[in-house]
Amino acid sequence: MPTTASWRQAIVVGASSGIGAAVARRLAEAGTRVALVARRPSELDAVARAITEATGDPARALVFPHDVTAGGEVPALLQRICHALGGLDLLVYAAGIMPRIGADEYDLDKDRAVMEVNVVGAMAWCNPVADRFARAGAGTIVGISSVAGDRGRRGNPAYHASKAALDTYLEAVRNRVARHGVRVVTVKPGPVDTPMTKGMEKLPLLVSADAAAAELLAGAARGHHTVYVPAKWRPIMFVIRHIPSFVFRRLDI
Amino acid sequence: MLPAERLERVSSWGGATSAMSWVYRPTTVEGMRDVFSLARAEGRSVGLRGAGQSYGDAATNAENVCLDTSRMTRILDWDPGTGRIRAEPGVSVRQLWQYTIEDGWWPPVVSGTMHVSLGGAAAMNIHGKNNWKVGTIGEHIEAFELLLPSGELVRCSREERPDLFHAAIGGFGMLGCFTSITLRMKRVHSGLLEIEPVPVRSLDEMVDTVEGRLADADYLVGWMDTFGRGAGLGRGLVHHANYLPDGEDRCAAQTLRVVNQELPPTLMGVVPKSMMWALMRPFTNDPGVRLVNEAKYRMSRFEGHRRYRQSHAGFAFLLDYVPDWKRAYGPGGLIQYQSFLPTETARAVYREILERSHRAGLTPYLGVFKRHRMDPFLMTHAVDGYSLALDFKVTAGNRRRLWEHAAALTRVVLDAGGRFYFAKDSTLTAPQLERYLAEERVQRFLALKRTLDPDALLQTDLWRRLFTSKET
Repeated sequence: MPTTASWRQAIVVGASSGIGAAVARRLAEAGTRVALVARRPSELDAVARAITEATGDPARALVFPHDVTAGGEVPALLQRICHALGGLDLLVYAAGIMPRIGADEYDLDKDRAVMEVNVVGAMAWCNPVADRFARAGAGTIVGISSVAGDRGRRGNPAYHASKAALDTYLEAVRNRVARHGVRVVTVKPGPVDTPMTKGMEKLPLLVSADAAAAELLAGAARGHHTVYVPAKWRPIMFVIRHIPSFVFRRLDI
Repeated sequence: MLPAERLERVSSWGGATSAMSWVYRPTTVEGMRDVFSLARAEGRSVGLRGAGQSYGDAATNAENVCLDTSRMTRILDWDPGTGRIRAEPGVSVRQLWQYTIEDGWWPPVVSGTMHVSLGGAAAMNIHGKNNWKVGTIGEHIEAFELLLPSGELVRCSREERPDLFHAAIGGFGMLGCFTSITLRMKRVHSGLLEIEPVPVRSLDEMVDTVEGRLADADYLVGWMDTFGRGAGLGRGLVHHANYLPDGEDRCAAQTLRVVNQELPPTLMGVVPKSMMWALMRPFTNDPGVRLVNEAKYRMSRFEGHRRYRQSHAGFAFLLDYVPDWKRAYGPGGLIQYQSFLPTETARAVYREILERSHRAGLTPYLGVFKRHRMDPFLMTHAVDGYSLALDFKVTAGNRRRLWEHAAALTRVVLDAGGRFYFAKDSTLTAPQLERYLAEERVQRFLALKRTLDPDALLQTDLWRRLFTSKET
C-alpha cells in the first residue's frame, strides 16, 4: 500500500495558496521533492521558503511561475520540471477560482475565466502527465474538484459546471490510464478555509487547508478514486445527489 | 523540447530502480553523433545503454537522453584463421559465439548470461568463471573505435592512445561510445567441456577447493547455499571445468554446431522454460529458497564428484536457463551485492557478510563465488582474491533496511581492502567511496573525463550517484 512517503517527486499546480500550498508543504515534509507551480512568483517563493525552513533542505521545493491559462507552455515546462526533479510520481492540480457573482448576475467573462482555470488548465496539465505516466506504467494524478460538482446550485452556475466538467474529465482519464497502472484521484472538498472562501458566510463543516491536505493525501495514498474531504460529505452528497430536481430547485441550498 | 513519443521507462536489469528517458536507437555512427548533438542542443546528458543487463543503475539516465546501442548488431569482420573478430557494440555475446563456434572459436571471457552486449561488456570490463586465468574481456580486446563526446571518432589499442584504451575499457560509458570492437576469440577443439562438481561443506572448504584447483582448471565457480549456518556456513558446490584437448572429442564437428549448444527448451523435461519463472515465484521467499537450496546441496553430496560433459553454452550461461528469472522475485525486483576481496581478508569478511545477513533477517537467495586477478585498466574492479555475489530480494517493506544493511556490509568490505563492480552495484554512495576516489588511477580517469567531456555530456544515474557530490 503506497504511503505519502513513496511519492519521491511531485508537481503541485496552484501551490501559492490554499489547499495547493498545504498539499505542497505536507508532501515536502514527508520527503517528496515538490515543484511549486502558480501564477504569482512572490507567493510561490514564500511557500518555498517555508518548506526550506521546515525541512532544512533548500532543494526540497522548486519554484516554477506559470499561468494555467497559458496551456501551450505546459509540455515544455513539464519536461523542464521533470528534469529538475529527476522524475515524477505525482501531479496535484489544485488551481481553481470562484469569482463572486450576484444572485442575478450573468457575466460571460467571469464564467470563461472559471472554465479556463478550473477545467482547461486541468486538461493542459493532466493530458501530458497522463501520457507520461502511461509510458512509465505508474504515477498518480490528483485533481482537486469540489462537492460543488455534484449538483448545480443556484449560487454560482459556472463554478458548479466547471467542477462537474472536471469530475467527468478526471473519470474519463482514469478509465483511459488505469490499464497502464496509473491512478487518477478526484478530490471533492466541502468548504475549506482558504482565500477562496474568505469572507463567505454560512460555510458548513468548514475545515482548515492543512486538515484538508492531510486527508486528501491519505485518501489518494490509500488508492481511493474519489475522496470527499472531510469524509462526511460522502453520505451528505449521496443524499443531495438524489434529491429530485423539482424539489432541489425549491430548497435554499 | 524533446519528442514525447521517445519517452520510455528504462529499468535496471534487477528491476529495483527505473527511470524515464528519451530513448534513441541509432543504427550508424552518424546516428550516434546526431544523438550527441541533439542532447547538447536540449541541455540534456546522454546515458549509454547496451543490452541493459547491468543489475543496477549503470545504464539508466533519468530525465535525460538514453543512447541504446542494441540496434548496432553487425559483425564487421571475422577471420576464422586467427580468431579475430570486429563487431559493432550492440552485438551480443550470444550473437558472437553463435557466429564463431562452428569455426572452432569461443569468446575468451563470457558473463553468466549471453544477453550482454559487446559494448557493455567492454565498458564494464566483464569477467567470467576463468578470471584468475585469462583476466577480463579487456585483456582480449585488441582495438576499438570510440566516439568521443566532441563527435570525434578515435581508434585505440595498446599502441594507439594506450591511455584511452586502458581508461575506456572499464570506463562504464563515461568517456565515449564504442562504435566497433576487435576481439581475439579462444580456440576450442570441442563443443563440450569436462565438468567435475565438487561439493563443499563450508566456506573454508569452498575457498580451499577453489585455491587447490587453480592450476588445473580452465573454469571454476562456486554456488553457495546462502542459508547454511554454523559449521555449514558457506557450504555449496564448486564446478570445475576444463576444455577438451585437441583430438579428445572425435565428434567435434558435431558438438561444435550451434544446435548442440542450445539450452534445453524445457526444464526437467516438461516445463517450458518461458513459464518457469512463474513456477519459481511461490518459492522465492525465505522458506522456499531454504528448501530448494537444501535439496540442491543434499543432491550434490549424494551425487558426489561424478564427472560429465556439457556444452560451452550450457556451462557458461546458467543464468539463461530460466528466461526472465528475475520476475520470480516479484514487483520489487532484486539487487546483487558483489564484493571483491583480497585473498588475505576474504574468508573473514565473507563469513561476516553471511552472518550479518542472517542476523538482519536479510538472507540472500543466491551466492556465487569466484577467483580473480588484477588487470591493467584504470577503473578496474579486480583484486588478487575472490568475489562473492549475493542476490537479495527487494520488497516495498524491506527496501530501506536492505540499503542500510548493504551500507553496513560496504564498510566491512572497504575496511578489508575490497572493491565493487559498477555492473552490479545499486547501493554505494559517494561518501562511502571517498578513499577509492582518491586513488591515483581513479584520479587519472576523472582527469581524462574532464578533458574529453568537459560539459559532462555522458552521464548515468550511477555516475551521478557515485561521482558527483551531494546530488540527490
